[in-house]
Amino acid sequence: MVKLTINDTPVSVRSGTTILEAAASVGIEIPNLCYLKDVNEISACRVCCVEIEGEGKLVPSCNNVVRDGMVIHTNSPRVREARRTNVELLLSQHDVSCAACVRSGTCQLQKVATDLGVLKVPYPLHLVQGKKAYWTHTFPLYRDANKCIKCMRCVQICDKVQSLSIWDVSGSGSRTTIDVSGNRFIKESDCALCGQCITHCPTGALSERDDTAQAFSALAHPDKVTVIQIAPAVRAAWAETLGMDTGKATAGQMVSALRKMGADYVFDTTFSADLTIMEEGNELLHRLRAGDLAEKPMFTSCCPGWIRFLKSQYPEWTKRLSTAKSPQQMFGAVAKTWLADRIGVPPEKIFSVSIMPCVAKKAECELPGMQSTAAGPDVDLVLTTRELVRMVRAENLDVHTLPEAAFDTPLDAGSGAGVIFGATGGVMEAALRSAYYLTTGSNPPAYAFHVVRGYDAGRHGWREATFELAGIPIRCAVVNGLGNARRLLQALERGDVKYEFVEVMACPGGCAGGGGQPVDGSDRELATLRGDVLHNLDAAAEMRFSHENPVVLELYQEFLGEPCSEKAEQLLHTDHFAWNMPN
Amino acid sequence: MSRLSIEVPGRAQTVVEELYRDVERRISASPPGICPVDISLSFLHLCHAQTCGKCVPCRIGLGQLTTLLESVLDSTATLGTIDLIEKTARVILDTADCAIGYEAARMVLMGVQGFRDDYVSHVERGRCLFGLDQPVPCVALCPAGVDIPGYIALVRAGRCDDAVRLIRKDNPFPAVCGYVCEHPCEARCRRRMVDDAVNICGIKRYACDHASKDAAPPPCAPPTGKRVAIVGGGPGGLSAAYFLALMGHEIEVYDQRPQLGGMLRYGIPDYRLPRERLDADIDFILSTGIKVQTGVSIGRDIPFSEIEEQYDAVYLAIGAHNDRKLGIEGEDSAGVYSAVQILRDIGEGNAPDLTGKRVCVIGGGNVSMDATRSAVRLGAESVTCVYRRRMADMTALAEEIEEAAGEGAQLLFLQAPVRVEADASGQVAALWTRPQMIGPYGTDGRPKPRSADAPEFRIPCDVVIVAIGQEIDAQPFEQVAPVVRGKIQAAADAFVPNTPHVFAGGDAVTGPATVIRAVAAGKVAAANIDAHLGYHHIITTDVDIPPAHLTNTPACGRVELKTRPLAECKGNFEPVKCGMTEEEAQQETSRCLRCDHFGYGIFKGGRTSTW
Repeated sequence: MVKLTINDTPVSVRSGTTILEAAASVGIEIPNLCYLKDVNEISACRVCCVEIEGEGKLVPSCNNVVRDGMVIHTNSPRVREARRTNVELLLSQHDVSCAACVRSGTCQLQKVATDLGVLKVPYPLHLVQGKKAYWTHTFPLYRDANKCIKCMRCVQICDKVQSLSIWDVSGSGSRTTIDVSGNRFIKESDCALCGQCITHCPTGALSERDDTAQAFSALAHPDKVTVIQIAPAVRAAWAETLGMDTGKATAGQMVSALRKMGADYVFDTTFSADLTIMEEGNELLHRLRAGDLAEKPMFTSCCPGWIRFLKSQYPEWTKRLSTAKSPQQMFGAVAKTWLADRIGVPPEKIFSVSIMPCVAKKAECELPGMQSTAAGPDVDLVLTTRELVRMVRAENLDVHTLPEAAFDTPLDAGSGAGVIFGATGGVMEAALRSAYYLTTGSNPPAYAFHVVRGYDAGRHGWREATFELAGIPIRCAVVNGLGNARRLLQALERGDVKYEFVEVMACPGGCAGGGGQPVDGSDRELATLRGDVLHNLDAAAEMRFSHENPVVLELYQEFLGEPCSEKAEQLLHTDHFAWNMPN
Repeated sequence: MSRLSIEVPGRAQTVVEELYRDVERRISASPPGICPVDISLSFLHLCHAQTCGKCVPCRIGLGQLTTLLESVLDSTATLGTIDLIEKTARVILDTADCAIGYEAARMVLMGVQGFRDDYVSHVERGRCLFGLDQPVPCVALCPAGVDIPGYIALVRAGRCDDAVRLIRKDNPFPAVCGYVCEHPCEARCRRRMVDDAVNICGIKRYACDHASKDAAPPPCAPPTGKRVAIVGGGPGGLSAAYFLALMGHEIEVYDQRPQLGGMLRYGIPDYRLPRERLDADIDFILSTGIKVQTGVSIGRDIPFSEIEEQYDAVYLAIGAHNDRKLGIEGEDSAGVYSAVQILRDIGEGNAPDLTGKRVCVIGGGNVSMDATRSAVRLGAESVTCVYRRRMADMTALAEEIEEAAGEGAQLLFLQAPVRVEADASGQVAALWTRPQMIGPYGTDGRPKPRSADAPEFRIPCDVVIVAIGQEIDAQPFEQVAPVVRGKIQAAADAFVPNTPHVFAGGDAVTGPATVIRAVAAGKVAAANIDAHLGYHHIITTDVDIPPAHLTNTPACGRVELKTRPLAECKGNFEPVKCGMTEEEAQQETSRCLRCDHFGYGIFKGGRTSTW
């Protein structure tokens, strides 16, 4: 243990602790902006500097460790002056139109400056101009150069966690900024659109393309019938920035919020998650029996970030993807066909909106092959959880008093298996539950495949387990985060590992940690907590198996025939070769 | 009122003079990768501040250029702006009255023509084409990418053994480099911004001199069953051999000389590199289980095709051991030697006796200095080094020149050899030279000498040593690899095109260079041969680096290695330089600014722990 003094308080922490963490251990908060534990400990903002007796200069507390006998002051006049000056300097290059910013209220720069009581910046405002300020408005990821504080978190998340290195430092002197690496424009890049850079941005520099105006306009349109689907992971997180802890606000409250906004139908993507299991599970068994998985596995295909990654980084593995569409797209295809017929609305009148914890879904809905009818895309508009939250706020809805409401029929039924799609390992677990039934004719215990759950990445970066289905061993791997996915692919390429079935989620923790989820400015990683919410919903669910979903069964009976039938192939499967990255 | 008075600089001027020195040091510490347009703009600002204001082109023109360059950097300019910059600079160059104006314009013009693509990229995409690859200046400039801040921190912590282990991750010749590396790492050391570059090379030598002698290499990877032949046992070949052996491949090194080491043994005299230090590095390398065939010349004793067939890969690291001829009359007289030959003879223990001889050495590079100083040690009565340019133009390291002079060699500049005069028996009698004067700059950016209007000059002598460069003995390999202007043509990954599995590197590919570049070439070849054989072995080390001290030491002089009294150096090949003492090493290591931890290094590229 190392003993030191911070602001006259004796502190004892284990060796190797940073000054920042040592201070936090005795309740002393040191403001900071660029610091992101384990990912970005580079002391770029110099806001966390402290004074250490005997040291010549102020010392950043985020990446220097304590030593025995240190006497530290975190609020001395020298520290105060330095902290304030550095924040003022940041503000002199920041577009401080806070009232008109997507991150107003959750912006870390705003908080630090407000906490410090900065009322006036003594420096002239220098904003980026010309081509350096340009960014496309059509790509699902938006960057505002004038909100960027060059904290480098986006660079580090993309390098270290997602291994795509889309961002890099660019330019020189005070014109230094972050831009797409390799002198590319974002549309030319292999960005997977995982959105992790957005959820780790301390300010409004990175955000999703804002599609809320389009949503409001559709909701208000007299001739459009809005059909909304809500992804499983959204329910765990949606009210986090509305004053409710993770999991405290319900899916039912979300339904009533959307109804108040004028939604005609609010459905549950969990239904199409179950449908995905029917298609993907049958495809798995089919490919397994056909010997197609003897050498290389089948990958899950519900995560569009993962598909973008695979197609840009390992295109030769594209044929290993399941051809099943994602639940969002299966829902869209069903909505404009079977559902349209069922509710008696012509498909061209349906405006299909999905609410997703994801940014990549905004690109997925525009892909070729995602249009099953002549009535436009199967999913017309994708909103992230954050956009939903902005809409709830714009409507002045108070989450605390929102009543419960049920999803609309018929696409209201979803199993617990479908709900856990939103957490890493969930697709695998759901698929195995049904594959077990399909091969043995009886249900396994619902907890039989729990072992694939968990957020601990495992020794190599993924978790693995082998299950016997009617005597056939199926080697499974579950991986989340694209850096881990890359490690897994490298191991597969080298032949170090062999699997039959692999689930990949681009975001750490799966959709629960998705790039479209709320950002509260606290830097807490909430994927685990949100995943637990989903697992609890599954545990409490009456229906635990996708193959028991009565609406799914009805859909097959009335419309599709059986899983992987010709019609199902046509509506619920896709050709991953129909487009190329960069997309 | 006095008619005249003595000018005493005011306080402001004194401070400005100090700032000029700071700026000089600052520029010399510029890391590679800075935006060239921004650098041009910065120079332009400085130039414009020097303007007296009398003439239009300089007073207004430079100011307008500043504005235009700023618009390029701000990405608000158009392609027309670049043309306007070029035109304006051209007119200033043409019409400015004094150098303050036209030289400033020339710099801008050089830039707008030399890196126009970067100007265009700024205008069209708002982006600079350049960027920091490796933010730690010393590591960036070390061809082998040795973890310099890491080993300096280890030496500071008294962990010389670990320091040497860390160096060996990238360079299996730590001791050799501690003695003779040209230390490109020091050129842009950030410490120069404070006072002067850290004596990195001296610290490395200290680490090697104080590390235990019984260290063992890390264990080799499990045998792959692949066999690799290395042709040439110099620093490049042995570096490749070492890393490939660690990767689990079976290595056989062929060398035509009786002993390994190449130019390290047969080109560098003992007083610069003691034999036992060279042998220690080589023994360490060989202890990984490398097989050695010395005294075998590939292409002469064994056909190359045989080697090519027998092995899964071949690395050609044959060096550049052939001397270059002057091509003057009398060059074949008895008593005319090449520096390569003399130094090789010394390395083989057959040093010629020059007692009482008058020696002329021709050339201005490091090999010339080696020959000059060796001749002094071999008892020559006088040694005259003849060079056709000025001292400032010599390519030898400044300290080599100083020490040669200190040891009693004469340096004769601006004399171009024209012929060797022989006596009746064909023995050298004198070297005739034509006096030169320095002239305009050539295309290589160096001022060229030209013949002066003065009579030829006779230097009576008994021995002439020619040290004007080496080339490779490529003839046995011409069937294998394309040889252009005496260099084997290999790709950047060392692969020789149109061969099944032949790689080449070092002096044979680049022309005569340095030890560290040969080591780097060996490292590159090892990685790519490993990949070619279908593997991806990782070279790493478990040495942990001590954390950086929080406060850097204040400005402090650089410790230079002391030289033994020059009188003591005559007549023997004992080392000339003394290593640092412990207190010197402590002070010098404390000067390191730890760019791996501070600045960009903590963010990206501060440490490459595996390759």
